[in-house]
Formats: sequence, C-alpha cells, structure tokens
Amino acid sequence: MSTVHVSAPGAGAVGSPLAMLAVMMRRALNEIIRVPGAAIPGVLAPTIFMLGLTSVFGSLTQLPGFTTDSYMSFLIPVSLLQSAAFTGAATGVNLARDIEQGWFDRLLVSPAPRPILLAATVLSASLRSLMPMTMLLIVGLALGVRFPGADGLALAIVLAAAFAAVAATWGCTLALRFRTQSAAPLMQASMFMAVLFTTSYAPQDLLTGWLHDVARLNPVTQVLEAVRQGFVGEVSWADTWPGLAALAALAVVLSALALRGMKRNTD
Amino acid sequence: MNLAPLAANLRVISALSARSIKQAFRRPQFLAPVLIFPSLFLAVNTGGAGRAVEIPGFPEVHGFLDFQLAGSMMQATMLAGVSGGIALALDIEMGFIDRLFAAPIARSAMVLGRLAATGLLGLLAGVWFLGIGLIFGARIEAGVPGVLLILVLATLAATAFGGIGAALALRAGRASVVQGIFPLVFVILFLSSAFFPGELLLEPARSISTWNPLSFIADGLRQPVISAISLNEVGKCLGGIAIVGGAGWLLSAAALRARLKAA
Repeated sequence: MSTVHVSAPGAGAVGSPLAMLAVMMRRALNEIIRVPGAAIPGVLAPTIFMLGLTSVFGSLTQLPGFTTDSYMSFLIPVSLLQSAAFTGAATGVNLARDIEQGWFDRLLVSPAPRPILLAATVLSASLRSLMPMTMLLIVGLALGVRFPGADGLALAIVLAAAFAAVAATWGCTLALRFRTQSAAPLMQASMFMAVLFTTSYAPQDLLTGWLHDVARLNPVTQVLEAVRQGFVGEVSWADTWPGLAALAALAVVLSALALRGMKRNTD
Repeated sequence: MNLAPLAANLRVISALSARSIKQAFRRPQFLAPVLIFPSLFLAVNTGGAGRAVEIPGFPEVHGFLDFQLAGSMMQATMLAGVSGGIALALDIEMGFIDRLFAAPIARSAMVLGRLAATGLLGLLAGVWFLGIGLIFGARIEAGVPGVLLILVLATLAATAFGGIGAALALRAGRASVVQGIFPLVFVILFLSSAFFPGELLLEPARSISTWNPLSFIADGLRQPVISAISLNEVGKCLGGIAIVGGAGWLLSAAALRARLKAA
C-alpha cells in the first residue's frame, strides 16, 4: 500500500491540490501496473459482448428504419460505454475494499480536501477506461467498424472517459453508503441497466414496450447517441450537446451524493 | 444383492446436496447471478430487439419474449453450473473437500451431491423464467405437458453444466479461476441459437451454431413454448445435454483422480 505524504500548507509541492490529486491518482493506477492480470477480464468482456451481440442481433439492420447497415458500428459505442461503466463500478469496489481495510479512514483524517479525494478516485477511472476502449476500437476497426473521423473518434473517447468518471462517482456513492465489497453486484447491475436500458440495441423508433419509454427518459441515452454519431453518420453539435448536458447533470448530482456520503463517514 | 452401500451413498449425496442448496440460499452472491443477470438480459433483449420477429425468415412466434425465454433459461442454467463450480472451489480452498476425502464415502458422491443441488437450481431457474414469461404475456403453446417437459430439461441441463463447473473447480482448486470462465459462458451462448434463430445469425456464429450442442438444448427448451412438443427436438435436446454432461463427468472424474493422487 503506498503512502500519501501531505505536508503542511505551503511546506512543499505535495500540499497543493493538484499535487495531491496527482499522488492519489497515481496510487489508484498502481493496481494496473502491479497486478496487470486483474485488468484482463475488464478489457476482454466488452469486446466479447460487442462481437457476440453483433453475431446474434446483426440481422436487426434488415428492419426498415435502422440507421446503419453495419450492426457492429451501431454497437461499438454501447461497448465503449459498457467498458467505461464497468471500470467505474470496479473503482467503487476498490474504494469499498479501502474502506474495509481502514485505508480510507486514514485518508479522511488527512488534510486533503474531500473533493480532491473524490476527484482523484473518479479521474483515475477515466484513465483506466482507456485500456478497454483501446482494445475495443482496435478490434472493431479491424473488423470493419466505420471510422468515425478524427473528430468523431476524439469525441467518443472523451465522452466515454467522462462517463467512466460518472460511473465511478456512482460506485463511490454506493461504496460510501454500504462500506463493503459485497455491494459490488449492486454497482455492476445498476451500471449494466444504465447503459443497456437505452437505444443500445436499436434506434429509438424500433424499441418496443417499456424500453421505448425508459430509453427516452434515461439520460445515458443522450450520452450514447453523442458517442455513436460518428460511427453511424456525421458529427454535429445538435447531437453532441445533449450528451454533454446529460454528463454534466449526472456528474453534479452524483458528486453531491458522493461528497454527502464522505461527510456522513466523517461525522 | 446388498443394497446397503447404495443407500449409504444416496444418503451422502442427499446430505451434501442439501448443504449446497442451503449454501446457495444463504449466500446471495451464488443465487443472484443465476436469476437476476439473465432476467435483466431478458428485459433488454425483449425491449431492444422485439421487432426482430418482423425480419424475413424469423420463425412464427406469439412474441419475441416467447422466443427469448429459452435463451434466458440456458443462460441461467449455465450460470448455475458456474456458481456450483465456484462453491465447490471454495470448499476446496477452505479444506472441506480434504475432510471429505478422509471420510469413508464414495468419491463420486462429493461431486454428485453438488450436481444434484445445481440441478435443483436449474429447476428453480425454469420456474422463475416460465413465471416471468407468463406474467409478461408469453404463451406456452404445448400447455402443462410442455411446462413439465421444460422443467425436466432445464434441471438436466443445469446438472450437465454443473459437471463442467465441478471439473474446473476440481482441476484448479481456486474459486477465482472458475469465476474467470464467466465471459466464456457468453461466448458459447452467442455462438448458439439460444437468443436468435440460427439461420439469422451472422457468420461465423451461424455455421458454429449448427453443431454447437447448446443450440440443440436451447431449441429443445424453446419448442414447447412456441409450438407443440416435438419428439425430434426433445431427442436432440437430450443428446446435447448428454454431450455436455458426458464431457463434464469425464473431466470431473479425471480431475478428481488427479486431486486424490496429489493429496
């Protein structure tokens, strides 16, 4: 377990918020460097889902009104968000482990501001999510996924990485609430629902029953459509801003909940 | 003929099976993946791909939910097998199996007790998904005999998958290794007709699904839901279960022998 040296204000560089953030993020990323095997399932699973679901539901593109004739191009944004979501859930599980082992209590009594502790945890999730995303994009583009252009690709990566941070904030909220790794299935299942209860399998007009309404109300649908636009068409501001707004709203609400959880843990 | 050893073995199997069932119900982490995850997947598949029934070549069905029920039961019975394997591996890690090795009981009873419990989980999964299907408007075209047939097939399928889980647990002896095959469950299922008609899958899944034993099992579970009972489909389903179960049994026996030799 690494140690965070937080010196008195003004005593050294580590005391500055940015330096604290960097040290905390570095600690969160240590797991990948020290136990790279632990990252393999998280990297492989979204790729397996993308290939498998394309094989199974690929014929859906024959339906009138489907927006592309390449189902893998339609599906890869779902897998990008899925990989981000599972990375976020894993971050919540790691925090729960830190709480169980008493490490987090030591952080809470340090002079580090609460928002810095939370920001370091969730931003490390954004960085970690780049691993499965890279794998997905390499496999997908090699198998014929439509290249979204430099702007579409950059937008997809930035939005998905930001979604990983949002998912991690949710994971942290649950970890702070339940204080046990046993909450892991709840973190994973809620993220699974958030990503798949959207226009994940088919465009909005082709969804049926309850999912048609749930997908319309689910803010993650806006994020998914913003990530997807380059893979199935052209990138436009009209399809981008709802995704950004949804991410911002989710970040604000979930950060408030997570910080409240931290406060409750110190009271 | 002396039936006493057989009766003693049955008592051991029954006691170990009861222990495994209690374990599953006391630890939600064993039961939840078997029922909750496939239920969520069923909900997403049905709402997201419900219009698939309009694709030319899709079999005549009452609704997409009716078609999907078999896939969910397959998924649940396979996950029951994985869960059983994880529980057995935990028993090995905690030394419980070593204590059974030292007891005067048949070695096969250790595995059969676990498999009986996994079969019961399969039965539970069958009841769960048929219940969900009926609540949300599915029709079981083959009626009550069809329901009974599905429950028997789901129980047998779970037992067969449990054999594979047990073989992995006995070979590896570590729960994390058995847990690691979780994504593999999806790979094999995606390469079968569990979730979509085989002839509408994209290549190479379409070709693989024609000889994947899981396709036979899925089609056998599906037939009573979407049509009348077909002896041909039941036969193919039992054949698929026999292939999986036979492989599981052989691998378990080999792994058990290797573990005993190492002990």
